Amino acid sequence: MNGGHDLGGMHGLGPIDPEPEQGEPIFHREWEQRVFALNLATGFLRHWNLDESRHARERQHPADYMRNSYYENWFNGLITLLVEKGLVTQSELDSGTVNLSEPLSTAAVLQAADVETAMLKGGPVNMEVDQAPRFLIGDSVQVRNMNPEGHTRLPRYARGKQGVVDDHHGAHVYPDSQALGVREGQHLYSVSFSAAQLWGQGDKNGFRVSIDLWEPYLDSV
Amino acid sequence: MSDHNHHTEPPSDFELKVKALESLLVEKGLVDPAALDALIDTYENRVGPKNGAQVVARAWTEPEFKDWLLKDATAAIGSIGFTGRQGEHMKVIENTPTVHNLVVCTLCSCYPWTVLGLPPVWYKSAPYRARAVIDPRGVLAEFGTEIGPDVEIKVWDSTSEMRYMVLPERPAGTVLGFDIRDAVYGAAGAACRNGRLDPGCTDVPGQP
Repeated sequence: MNGGHDLGGMHGLGPIDPEPEQGEPIFHREWEQRVFALNLATGFLRHWNLDESRHARERQHPADYMRNSYYENWFNGLITLLVEKGLVTQSELDSGTVNLSEPLSTAAVLQAADVETAMLKGGPVNMEVDQAPRFLIGDSVQVRNMNPEGHTRLPRYARGKQGVVDDHHGAHVYPDSQALGVREGQHLYSVSFSAAQLWGQGDKNGFRVSIDLWEPYLDSV
Repeated sequence: MSDHNHHTEPPSDFELKVKALESLLVEKGLVDPAALDALIDTYENRVGPKNGAQVVARAWTEPEFKDWLLKDATAAIGSIGFTGRQGEHMKVIENTPTVHNLVVCTLCSCYPWTVLGLPPVWYKSAPYRARAVIDPRGVLAEFGTEIGPDVEIKVWDSTSEMRYMVLPERPAGTVLGFDIRDAVYGAAGAACRNGRLDPGCTDVPGQP
């Protein structure tokens, strides 16, 4: 979707103004810790996947997405998912009181003793697929001009642009489908673009940008 | 923040909303508060850039490990024990005298947690995500790093679950011996910033 999260190339956002690395805490407020951990822990309930959680944050009004702090966006996305998936009702959120007439299965709740193992295990997304990759390393490709209303990992600034396939990562879960709850593998490529191709000619443009793009995003040239 | 300040500052509306949500989820049996504490502890105290510094130090001192790292970063990094969440599919990219790499995630905040921990605020910020792909030289200059016109800049936009880590150049003049560890880990701080700094920068001591 063409949302407020798709920021590559946007102007007017001001300086980056980084904090000194040595002094920067991992979290700046206690509530940020809780929002971070709540997002990770509820993910283990298996009611949504990574792309659904990204899409929940992206679906906010673009002005809200850009104005909110990072963990505010994580909080808002989590609320959206909890309500949409029926784990929490709006009336429970409004009242702060649990409606105990609707007990939920809690079989998958992440326990403290399992945290280390679960984090070290992670969740690989590579998949076996039957079809051979359509593109080879060195191929010229053109990014499709597609503007889906749903979740996609094709950034706007790459659409319609020509690049070169530098690497093939095998097949990975296709995010556009996974955000709809469908786990489907598609070949994933590292495609690089000249700055002139992306942004036009200019004296700042002596660089290349490499983007990971799935096969359905690409046409041959 | 001291305990004193912590207890005298009134909680913001947002803090109250977060507390209310946690209470609700705990009461519904959907989260275990001890698991939340363990998750926070993991990423505040256990998983962080000191992991990446170890990887860089190995690559600088063991050529075979470096070859493996550049060919199959997931396996090479996994052999040290750094595996899992947000590092399932790793690629390490090498800075050289002619190529300087810069990593960004324009769509969200993808970052190699297993080796660098959670991303700093600047990496997640809108201006960095917006500008890294259109004006990388300007971005690097803002971080105090001037890249010469004969050095190619390569920007990596992390749009998939591939996670990128920069292997900085080993600073010249490091000598073998006990103090090489300081030099190696110090300069490895440049890797922790994932391409933000010039190779060999030693103003950020990494934590061995």
